[in-house]
Amino acid sequence: MRRRALAAVLLSAALLAAGCSGSSDPGAADDSALSPADPAKVSGEITVLTNRTDQVTDGTMQKYADLFNKDYPHVKVKFEGVTDYEGEVKIRMNTDKYGDVLLIPNSVVTADYPKFFASLGGAADLDAKYTAAGTGKGKVGDKVYGLAGFSFINGFVYNKDVWTAAGVTTWPTTPAEFLTGLQAIKDKTGATPYYTNYKDGWPLSSWSSVLGSATCDAKANDKLPTGNPWAPGSDLNTGDTLLYDIVKNKLSESDPTTTNWEDSKGLLATGKIATMWLGSWSLAQMQDAAKKAGKNPESIGYMPFPAQVGGKFCSVVAPDYQSAVNIHSPNKAAARAWIDWILEKSDTAAVNQAVSALKGAPLPSALKPFTDAGVQFIDLSQADSAKVSQIDNLSEVGISKPEYRQHLIDVARGAGKGDLNTIFADLAKKWSEAAKNLG
Amino acid sequence: MTDLKTGPRAQARPEADHGPRPADPPHRRRATWPTRLTPWAYLSAALVLLVAFTYIPVANMISYSFTDWDGVSPDRDFVGVDNYVELFTRPDLFHVFFVSLFYLAAAAVQIVVALYFATVLTFKTRFRNLFKGLLFFPYLINGVAVAFVFLYFFKEGGTLDTVLAIVGLHPDRLWLGDPDMVNISLSGVSVWRFLGLNFVLFLGAMQSIPAELHEAAEIDGATRWQVFRGIIAPSIRPIIGLSVILAISGSLSVFEIPFIMTRGFGESKTFVIQTVKLAFDFNKMGLASAMAVVLLAIILLITWVQRRLVPDERAEKA
Repeated sequence: MRRRALAAVLLSAALLAAGCSGSSDPGAADDSALSPADPAKVSGEITVLTNRTDQVTDGTMQKYADLFNKDYPHVKVKFEGVTDYEGEVKIRMNTDKYGDVLLIPNSVVTADYPKFFASLGGAADLDAKYTAAGTGKGKVGDKVYGLAGFSFINGFVYNKDVWTAAGVTTWPTTPAEFLTGLQAIKDKTGATPYYTNYKDGWPLSSWSSVLGSATCDAKANDKLPTGNPWAPGSDLNTGDTLLYDIVKNKLSESDPTTTNWEDSKGLLATGKIATMWLGSWSLAQMQDAAKKAGKNPESIGYMPFPAQVGGKFCSVVAPDYQSAVNIHSPNKAAARAWIDWILEKSDTAAVNQAVSALKGAPLPSALKPFTDAGVQFIDLSQADSAKVSQIDNLSEVGISKPEYRQHLIDVARGAGKGDLNTIFADLAKKWSEAAKNLG
Repeated sequence: MTDLKTGPRAQARPEADHGPRPADPPHRRRATWPTRLTPWAYLSAALVLLVAFTYIPVANMISYSFTDWDGVSPDRDFVGVDNYVELFTRPDLFHVFFVSLFYLAAAAVQIVVALYFATVLTFKTRFRNLFKGLLFFPYLINGVAVAFVFLYFFKEGGTLDTVLAIVGLHPDRLWLGDPDMVNISLSGVSVWRFLGLNFVLFLGAMQSIPAELHEAAEIDGATRWQVFRGIIAPSIRPIIGLSVILAISGSLSVFEIPFIMTRGFGESKTFVIQTVKLAFDFNKMGLASAMAVVLLAIILLITWVQRRLVPDERAEKA
C-alpha cells in the first residue's frame, strides 16, 4: 500500500511539474530588427543557425563572416550548422535560445511568426527593395518577419546525351510529348527514362512546385483554399497526372521502393537515368556528380514543365528558406545587419545558382537556357500561404509532402487499389472538408 | 521487436548522487530517522533520473493530449477530450494495427526458433560457442545499420535475389515494393535482429537448470523432446512469459526498422510511424500524444491480462 502511495506522490509531482512548464510570454519590449543606419555603431555577438553544415565545416561561412566584418567591424559572428535542421530547430524554438539569425522551419505557421521573430520592417518599404518571392511568405499583416534570400525554379533535370540519343532535341511542350520522349528513351537507349526517388520521399514533394507552372498563373497558390486543387486543368492535376502516366507506362525505375538519392545523382550523370523533376538547386550537385564520374558537366540539362500558355513556357520562382531574427535576441541590429549583408553583398545566390531576392539582380548562369528560350518566370503570390498550410495540416493531405504521391505511384504501378480519379476525388474531399472546418 | 533497451532499465542509470545524504549518522543513540532515510539516499539518484526522464515526460505527454498544440507554437488551448474523440471516431487510425499482426506472427516464429536453438545448444554440440556468437551477433548491430543492410538485401537484383538465383529460383518479386510482401520482408528483418536476444534469455535460463536433472533424465532414457517437455520448458516458464509480453508490446509498437527502411509507405505503416507523422509532419501534437497515451494503455492492459492468466510462480517456489 505504501508503495502505491509513493507512486501516487511521484506521479502527481510529475504532473505538477508538467503543468508548470507552460508557455512563457515573449519579451514585449523591443520586437523589431530594422536595418542599422551606421555600420560602425553596430556591435555584439550573434549566432547564425544554418542548414548548410558543409559550408560551416569547409570554412565558407567564416569567409563570409570575415568579409562582413570589414563593413561591420564590431560584430562577432558565430555559426552553428544543424544537420536535421527542420526537426531540431523546431524543438529548440520551444525555448528562447534558437540563435540570433535563423532560417524559419517550414512547420512554423505564418500566423505565429510575430511570436518568434522580430519584425524586419514594413511590407511597403521592403517590397520596394525585394521581389515578391523574397518577402511574400514572411508577411503577417503589414509587417515582414522573414526574408527569403534566394529562390529556385523547378524543372526536369536531364541528361542531354541520353535525350539526344533518343532523338529528342527540343523541349517537349505538352505532357503527351514528354511521355513520347520518355518512351523513345526507353526504346532506343538502355536508360531508365524517369527516376522517382520514391524511397527517399522528399524528391517527390518537389512535384508540388508544379503549382503555377502548368497554368502560368501567379495566383495559383492563393486559389487553393477556396477551390479544388485537383480540378481538371489545374496545376496539381496536370503534374500528378503526368507522374501517374510516367509510372503507369513503366517509364520509371522498376523497383521504386529501393531507390537511393545519393546514387541517383551519379546514375543521371552517367546516363543510366535520363530525367528527374527537381529544383534548380540540384543542378550544381548533378554537375559535381558528372565531374566525379569523369563526364562532361555540360551534359546536364534543365527543362521547364512541358506545358505552354500562349506559346511560352512558365517557370515558378519558389522561395527557399527565409532568414529571420530571433525575437529574444539581445543584438537585433547586428542580426539584421548580417541578413542585409548576406542578401545584398555576398555572392551566395550566384554560387547556389539561385534567383536573388533583390530586385534587378542578374539571373544565375544555369538558367541561361531558360532565358534564351523565353521562359516566363513568375513569382507565385504567397498571400494565402498561411491558410494553405493550415488546411494542408488539418486535412492530412500533405500537398508538399511525399506520402500522397507515393500512394499515387503505388496505384499507378498496380500495387494499390483504385485509379487516378479516385485518388483525386479522395484528396479533394479531404481538402474541402478541412477548408470548410476552418471556415 | 523485443527491445529490452527501451525498458525501464535503460533510463534509471545511477551516475551521481544528487540527493541529500545524511552526513554523519550520530552514533550515540539509535537514531531512527537517519537509518530510515539511508536507503532513500541510495535510491534518490535513481529516483531523480527516473522521475526526470520517464515520469515527467509521460505526464507532459498526457497533458499535451488534452490540448491542440502544434508542437512549435508557444500557445496551446485546452480542448478536453476532443483528441480522444477524434481518435476513436476515425477507424483509419486503428486500421494500422493490422500491420502489427505480421510482426506478432513473426514474434511467435522468433520465440519458437530461439527456443529450438537454445535447447540444441544447451546440450553438447560441436562449435557451441561459435553458434552462440553467430546467433547473438545481429542483436549487437545498430538498428539503423541493420535497416540499411537490408535495403540492399531486398533491392531488386540485390543480395536476396542473387542468392535465390544461384539455387535456381527466380521469384520475380519486389520484396519491399509488393504490398503483400513488404510486411513479411520487414518482419523477417525484425526476427533476424531480435532472435539473438530471445535466444540468450532462454539459454541463460536453461543453463541454470541443475545438471542432475539432465543426468537423471538421461539415465531414465528420456528422449530430447521428453527432456524439453518435462524439464526445460517448465523451468523456464517465467522467461517464456516475459518474452511473450515483450513480443506483444513490441509488435504493437514497431517503429525503427520500418521507419528507416520504408518510412511507412505502401502497406507498411505501423501505429507508431503514424503517430510520428501526425506529430511532426502535420503538426498535430495533441492528437499524436493522445495516440501515444492510447498505445500505452493498450500495452498496460495486455500486460495486466497476461499477468492474470499466467501468474508469477516465484511465490510457490519459495
